[in-house]
Amino acid sequence: MTARAERLTPGRIGMYLILLLAALFFLVPVYLLFATALKSPDAINLATSWHWPAQLNWGSFRDAWDKIGGNLGNSLFLAVVSTLFAAVLGSLNGYALSKWKFRGANTLFALMLFGMFIPYQAVLIPLFQFIKSLGLYGSIWGLILAHMVYGLPITTLIFRNFYADVPDALVEAATIDGAGFWQIYQQVIFPISIPGFVVVIIWEFTQVWNEFLFAATLTNTNSQPVTYALSQLAGGQAVSWNLPMAGAILAALPTLLVYILLGRYFVRGLLAGSVKG
Amino acid sequence: MKKALLLALALATAGSASAAGKLEIFSWWSGDEGPALDALVKLYNQKYPGVKVDNATVSGGAGTNAKAVLKTRMLGGTPPDSFQVHAGQELIGTWVVANRMEDLSSLFKSEGWAKVVPADVIKLISSKGGIWSVPVDIHRSNVMWYNPATLKKYGVTAPKTWPEFLSTCTALKAKGMQAPLVVGESWTQQHLWENVMVGTLGAQGWENLWNGKLKFTDPRVVGAFTTFGKVMDCANKDASGLSWQQASDRITDGTSAFNVMGDWAAGYFTTTKKLAPGTGFGWTTAPGTSKVFVMLADSFGLPKGAKNRAETLNWLKVLGSKQGQDTFNPLKGSIAVRTDSDLSKYSVYSKSAATDWKHSKIVGSMYHGAVAPESFTSAFGALIDQFVASKDSKGATAAAQQLADKAGIGK
Amino acid sequence: MKGLSKDRLWAIIVLLPSIILLGIFVYGFIGRTVYVSLTDWGNDPAQAMALHPVIKFVGLDNYKELFSGFLQSRFRQELVSTIFFTVFFILGCLGAGLGLALILDRNPKGEGLWRTIFLFPMSLSFIVTGTIWRWMLQPQGGLNMAPTVLGGQPATFGWMSSTDAIWKFDWNKLPLLTASVVGLVLAWVAFGAFRRAERTRAVVAAICAALLLGWALFVGPNLHLLAAPELHGFNLALIGIIIAAVWQMSGYTMALYLAGLRGIPEELREAAQVDGATQTQMYRSVIFPLLAPISLSAMIILGHISLKIFDLVYAMSGPDNTFTSVPALNMYLTSFRQNQFAMGAAIGTILLILVAFVIVPYLSSQFRTQEGHA
Repeated sequence: MTARAERLTPGRIGMYLILLLAALFFLVPVYLLFATALKSPDAINLATSWHWPAQLNWGSFRDAWDKIGGNLGNSLFLAVVSTLFAAVLGSLNGYALSKWKFRGANTLFALMLFGMFIPYQAVLIPLFQFIKSLGLYGSIWGLILAHMVYGLPITTLIFRNFYADVPDALVEAATIDGAGFWQIYQQVIFPISIPGFVVVIIWEFTQVWNEFLFAATLTNTNSQPVTYALSQLAGGQAVSWNLPMAGAILAALPTLLVYILLGRYFVRGLLAGSVKG
Repeated sequence: MKKALLLALALATAGSASAAGKLEIFSWWSGDEGPALDALVKLYNQKYPGVKVDNATVSGGAGTNAKAVLKTRMLGGTPPDSFQVHAGQELIGTWVVANRMEDLSSLFKSEGWAKVVPADVIKLISSKGGIWSVPVDIHRSNVMWYNPATLKKYGVTAPKTWPEFLSTCTALKAKGMQAPLVVGESWTQQHLWENVMVGTLGAQGWENLWNGKLKFTDPRVVGAFTTFGKVMDCANKDASGLSWQQASDRITDGTSAFNVMGDWAAGYFTTTKKLAPGTGFGWTTAPGTSKVFVMLADSFGLPKGAKNRAETLNWLKVLGSKQGQDTFNPLKGSIAVRTDSDLSKYSVYSKSAATDWKHSKIVGSMYHGAVAPESFTSAFGALIDQFVASKDSKGATAAAQQLADKAGIGK
Repeated sequence: MKGLSKDRLWAIIVLLPSIILLGIFVYGFIGRTVYVSLTDWGNDPAQAMALHPVIKFVGLDNYKELFSGFLQSRFRQELVSTIFFTVFFILGCLGAGLGLALILDRNPKGEGLWRTIFLFPMSLSFIVTGTIWRWMLQPQGGLNMAPTVLGGQPATFGWMSSTDAIWKFDWNKLPLLTASVVGLVLAWVAFGAFRRAERTRAVVAAICAALLLGWALFVGPNLHLLAAPELHGFNLALIGIIIAAVWQMSGYTMALYLAGLRGIPEELREAAQVDGATQTQMYRSVIFPLLAPISLSAMIILGHISLKIFDLVYAMSGPDNTFTSVPALNMYLTSFRQNQFAMGAAIGTILLILVAFVIVPYLSSQFRTQEGHA
């Protein structure tokens, strides 16, 4: 990528035009989102949905917060706890699978990975029964358990690929010095894992935050995460649209901020999801 | 680690269970219907101060979302203390047959409700020798709404029968109205369907459909389906995108002439839209049903294993009391189940409905859970969708009969 | 690496909790779902919601009902919808993603900003996306009103409320169509193998092709799954949902392609230029072939997402719009609204089989090459 002085040929102009159109496609819904969220309910009219509100109604956000604020708290707790568990286990798994390969390790890993792709509908009923039999149904802990377990394949995958780039020579040198499994993890692997943890935590946090099906089936009113609360807000009887729109902004904000501030790591997580064995 | 979690959780749940004076009620009343429930909760708290009422609502058209959530909770073994359910088969066909409800006969006896609640309603909420829920309100399904100004502008009157409706529809179309009838998302079409059926088959025919004496495949029913198909030809094409309120808006703004909707629409027109009954909006019985009251009722029951049984029984007592019913219903726009209610508290529309309640033949609604179990109604929506697209009356009635057999209707 | 057995043991011990958990949560639960799908749990209302239901084994009845039962045509339409949805969703994402990546690869000013704009929907949940697009696609507002901003007439397409369908076919002809298509593909494989002189492969493929085509010609036409013809097609109501899904996911394919393009050594391009290749020729013969594996990965990832799609539909058109419904949604409704848990489990199992068709060959091809080195 050499920085070249730009000459505006017709081709380049056309290119910018296409970029602009594409950006429009991606941003127009955002404009409409804010335009609607900032209107007062009686100013919302399908025919004038494109107009920017004459009077900004920030109250929508307060009302939406009243309705889903508690659910945002649930989501935060849920995402943080299950992400931390999944990340720690994933790191250890990745280390074991990449640096201490045993016969059948790859097959085992492939079998673990399959869990990342299954449609959750195919496990929903037994999962529900299992959580119930643990006595965790309806509480946030049942949901945390489910997210932690189904998060394991992707966290293991990302760490395994991350550690694969660590030279085996480093590990071998440590073994010659007499270090064992745990010493090597502590002294060699863990200290260089920070970027891996950042990628995994961002990715898993986003996934858990955004998940819906488990949220809809494993919780009751007090422990519902924000995705479900938002769907209630939008699916209600008389929809005054400023409320779900403001709610959507609130619900999207945490992951959006993470994405904007730490985009580089986010993209790495994204690319890791496409399974390079 | 996991053990510690389980332990922490066990402690947490034990803590909440031992807290005295709690009551969790589960309903789908939010938004417009919220204030009526709030008033009822307030009344309950006046009578039983110190009880913390946890009002869990799950919104979504006519309770469709709430029912799914309720099931996961019941299956999960954490029933709410009392939950909203349509009186009749919706409660009986799902919860009573599965032995999950407590019999409330003794409550009805001790509170003397048998004398003030119409026998038809008692019959509807009874099965296997027990009474299973306390109805709190009565709504009417067979109401057709219109805007008097629109009818005047186009020079038509509200039709009295479905064939008459179809000719009015043709006339309106000829005068440039694209959709004389407005319908909304799937359930409002089923709501319309049941009113076309009652209006075409008559009250007796409708009852026979649900006790198995009249098969769906009977030529009369096939004919009624065909009429329904023609009625749908009068309707708007963007139906599935509209909530019932958005559909009602089309009456207000004159886009469409008629809307068949339950009488909760009266509350929407007067309270939300600030229209005067009779001039801002008008109503009549759905075509062909002038002597019939197609009813539905919301009710609350007592699930087995409810955590706060005593508080729940008190809640049910408030629901069935005269004061409770007359607090709740005027706000909700429904009428009391009790025949001794104080009509002076009620709206213009409700007064007319209460009069009809006493003088009409009463039958139950299909979509709203009175005459058919959920296993029927929830699959019936797809059947209606398909029928509206294909207009194949023979196929639809054959499918409906299979569905009825499977759901055990008429057994 | 030397066989330090103690450390290897530690590695296995460390893996054990995850193996057990995934063993239960993935394979145990799948097994249980398959078992439930072979029972009658929920067919009798008295048992469906009982605290301790009595359930009976009924074999493949639920599957038979789904594919040929009179009452389950909704499910069949959903299967068809899913296939159409998947095809258009993948095409949309690959097209938009590749186009954007190729442009960004030419180093426009503010590249980082463009990329951020194209990729941000990926960080949103399908529920948020669905809420936004549901409003965008209201028949009397949003996109349909967009022309009025420029002084035009509002558009009238009904989006999710449309009830029209195109490309209809009779479900009864499905086995016939499938057999013919697969047969033709196999015949083509046989022909290819024959030309490359791969004897066994050619013969096996040719025999399979002949069997399938023979079946399609002589047996298939007389087979009727259903008593009456039943038309299924592409519901136009899905278009809106496809657009929203592409809006959300095309940034992902863009990122994949961009990473691929950045990974192509500059020398390769220079060498092509030295050879006098034009811009188009270079893309055709150097760049696109190198991107092909990425397209495959993207297709598989997108494909399994679209087969599973549920939240987006739920948020955009609610649970009751049968014209936009998909099997994943039906599974939820059948289980938790109609109380037919066995039927719900059967739908879940069918979804799993569909996804496995896409994922298993992919995973095994990814790992087979490596196992030798372990």
